[in-house]
Amino acid sequence: MSYLQIHNLAKNFGATQVVKSFDLDIAKGEFVSFLGPSGCGKTTVLRMIAGFETPSSGSITIEGKDILPLRASQRNIGLVFQSYALFPNMTVAKNVGFGLKIAGQSPDRIEARVTEMLKLIGLGDKGDRYPFELSGGQQQRVALARALAVQPRVLLLDEPLSALDAKIRVSLRREIREIQRSLGITTIFVTHDQEEALSISDRVVVMNGGIAEQVGAPHEIYNRPKTKFVANFVGTLNSIPARVLDRSTSTFQIGSQNLSLAPAVVTSKIGNTVNLAIRPESMRLNARNGNDVVVSGTIEEVQFLGSVLRLRTRVMDSVVSLDTFNHPNVPPPSLGEVVAIHFSPRDVILLEG
Amino acid sequence: MKAVKFWSWLAYAVGAFYFLLPLAATFEFSLRARRGTYSFDAYQVVLADPQFRETFAFSFAAAIVTIIVGTFIVVPTAYWVRLRLPQARSVVEFITLLPLIIPAIVIVFGHIRMFNTSSYLPLTGSTMGTNVLLICGYAVLSLPYMYRAVDTGLRTIDVRTLTEAAQSLGGGWFTVLGRVIFPNVFVAILSGAFLTFAIVIGEYVFAALLNRPAFGPYMVWMGGNRAYEPAALAVMAFAITWGCMALIQMATRFSKYNKVVR
Amino acid sequence: MSDLGALKRRTTGGSIAEFGKGLSVWLGLLPFALFVSLFLILPTMNIIVGAFQNAEGAFTFDNLVGLNQANILNAFWVSIKISLLTAALGCLIGLMIAAALTKGGLPIWLRDATITFSGVASNFAGVPLAFAFIATFGRLGLVTVILRDVFNFSLASIGFNLISFTGLALTYLYFQVPLMILIVTPALDGMRREWREAADSLGASSGQYLRFVALPILWPTLLGTFALLFANAFGAVATAMALTGSSLSLMPIMLFAQIRGDVLQNPHLGYAIAFAMIAVTAIANLIYITLRARAERWQK
Repeated sequence: MSYLQIHNLAKNFGATQVVKSFDLDIAKGEFVSFLGPSGCGKTTVLRMIAGFETPSSGSITIEGKDILPLRASQRNIGLVFQSYALFPNMTVAKNVGFGLKIAGQSPDRIEARVTEMLKLIGLGDKGDRYPFELSGGQQQRVALARALAVQPRVLLLDEPLSALDAKIRVSLRREIREIQRSLGITTIFVTHDQEEALSISDRVVVMNGGIAEQVGAPHEIYNRPKTKFVANFVGTLNSIPARVLDRSTSTFQIGSQNLSLAPAVVTSKIGNTVNLAIRPESMRLNARNGNDVVVSGTIEEVQFLGSVLRLRTRVMDSVVSLDTFNHPNVPPPSLGEVVAIHFSPRDVILLEG
Repeated sequence: MKAVKFWSWLAYAVGAFYFLLPLAATFEFSLRARRGTYSFDAYQVVLADPQFRETFAFSFAAAIVTIIVGTFIVVPTAYWVRLRLPQARSVVEFITLLPLIIPAIVIVFGHIRMFNTSSYLPLTGSTMGTNVLLICGYAVLSLPYMYRAVDTGLRTIDVRTLTEAAQSLGGGWFTVLGRVIFPNVFVAILSGAFLTFAIVIGEYVFAALLNRPAFGPYMVWMGGNRAYEPAALAVMAFAITWGCMALIQMATRFSKYNKVVR
Repeated sequence: MSDLGALKRRTTGGSIAEFGKGLSVWLGLLPFALFVSLFLILPTMNIIVGAFQNAEGAFTFDNLVGLNQANILNAFWVSIKISLLTAALGCLIGLMIAAALTKGGLPIWLRDATITFSGVASNFAGVPLAFAFIATFGRLGLVTVILRDVFNFSLASIGFNLISFTGLALTYLYFQVPLMILIVTPALDGMRREWREAADSLGASSGQYLRFVALPILWPTLLGTFALLFANAFGAVATAMALTGSSLSLMPIMLFAQIRGDVLQNPHLGYAIAFAMIAVTAIANLIYITLRARAERWQK
């Protein structure tokens, strides 16, 4: 039984349809990310759940009860903003205890809960500080504590890490996930950074143009993208043009080679050129087994990314990225070297749309 | 939100009424000079009055001279502070705010006491000297506005980088000041200038206590002696102030290439 | 040993050249320094010192004591009262209008127009403003006439007289309210939408948001601007002179009369009055500056 159900949600601003038809069921305690470029509608959906925007149509229910008639202040939903939004006139402790004070809790209960929350986020000694005295990462942790102090039913985070430095982003997203897991709170995390979404979510919703293009676990989204947009947005994707030879056997022609992608279904006509997409890590310079397709290419650029070597290779008219692990004793290929690229037909993603 | 909007409109309407009413009433009053009908007689009387022309010309000239004096004091100072003496900035800024803290009447009182006929610099002893004192007093009054306008203009164009760029391309100090800095702060100077103009034209305290034939004392005299002409004067004064503000807006709008991209 | 030599050169020989260079940089401020010393700082110091001097030039508190006269004290209190009143009303009304403009859902062009108008109106003080109000609320003013002819209502019957404390206060509001609007609108803009939303999501009602978040954040600005408006009204001369002549007893008017013709029979009393005025406006402005700095620190 899902905890948070969004059904047929849509939002128009004047003539613009920002959210077209959005459906999603989230289980209790699940961590779901909304991933997509700016303007895809992910923040709008979040704000409709929070109660700051009224949907043009559709429904949102929590535990079966419709929350749309409720005002934002009645929904008991926690919110963390990109800009932290800590009240500048209050100390950290007062900020965290704000929701409890509004709820009319006794000062003792508030103090106990605030201490507990501050310990949870690792800022137990900063209770008397003011927001302007803290770093960005610390402020965001306080914002998280403030949202969680009132034990909300759902936690919404709107691009919470976008304003922070790269290193803090990585450590803080892990912290957020750990806290979320320990509290078991249903969470929606909005981001445009696919690495963030993939690394900490139970499920990812990839959004584009007001609709959800694909919903699934991170490895599913990455390895089996359903649409061209998802394939391109998530991870790096190579694109090799190929000609359709035979539809019943799903055979294509790349240069002088033929390969079969059965049982993938081909919808394009024979003779048409389609794009075969393949991830950089699926290609290698050595054969793995006899079923590999081999194409020849010329090294144009070697990008040393640390543990990974990304080889930019020219294959006929396109340049593909090939990722291979760095071996300390093996020198990287030199520019202009002609190499044989091997990949398995099973790793090819057929994108016709 | 609907209730909020209603009260907002109500509050705004009441405020707008209070502010537009005197303007309308003054205009209406100024048209009542001829018994029984509306006419521009009051304006004609004023414009034909030689005293009007003399005092307005005096204040006009005083404003122009004040603007020139102010520019020559403020621009190099603001530039110097920004470029070479940033540590003096807070002190200089505080000093430029003093004319807003010390009432004008106290400043002119100090002038009279300091520059009277028995002092080292007997400016009040002669007409020319008193005029000089008046100009300097006006320059002091306009100092906060001039300095703030020029300083903002300099900040927007990042003086330090511009100067270094000009110097690295071979420009000497005069080239830098004249060809690079000045054209870019010209608009800022204009803003300060228009504001100074508006202040000087209607200024009363300095002119009255130094006994100069300026527009301010003339208006007060008219107020005591005539019925409808003062209203005409008020309308003209408001139009002049509004005109100055409009010119400032236009000047800043035409300086789009100076604006900092946000 | 060579290090010591280098050190010596750096602290003595080198430093003289540095010192000279350092000095010449400050010369750039000379015109400004001369100007403000001669026409701003020294005259003010002159007044302040003169307030503590008697006719022979000796130090004395007599002048300040001499302020303890009925007419001077009366003028002082009337000035304080009108400044407090117009500052308070200016703050309140200005805040309401600014709030209506920024948060009340009014169209944006209205806000720009109001800001421009406020810029003009806050400078439309002095003599022309007095004339405008005489033309509106005076004996033959438009409002008086309309109320009399159309509504059969005489302003004088309720005791309203433009040439009075109330009339002057009404006139002062014309530049106090716009000044408040100009200062408070950016402060209201600085009230981030996220604070309201965060408070909402934590269960706060509008009233609770105002009480616990908005007003505490705004009060330094509000109180500071109150002080500024107070100083503004306290030092105003031209409007009062043009409107009420010398019939209303105000500090600046008294000082004006004293400078003109020594009506108090004691020139040094004039300096004392001027000193009292400086003291009042200086304190008010100090409050404004401190509170504004505090408000800015929070908004980082």
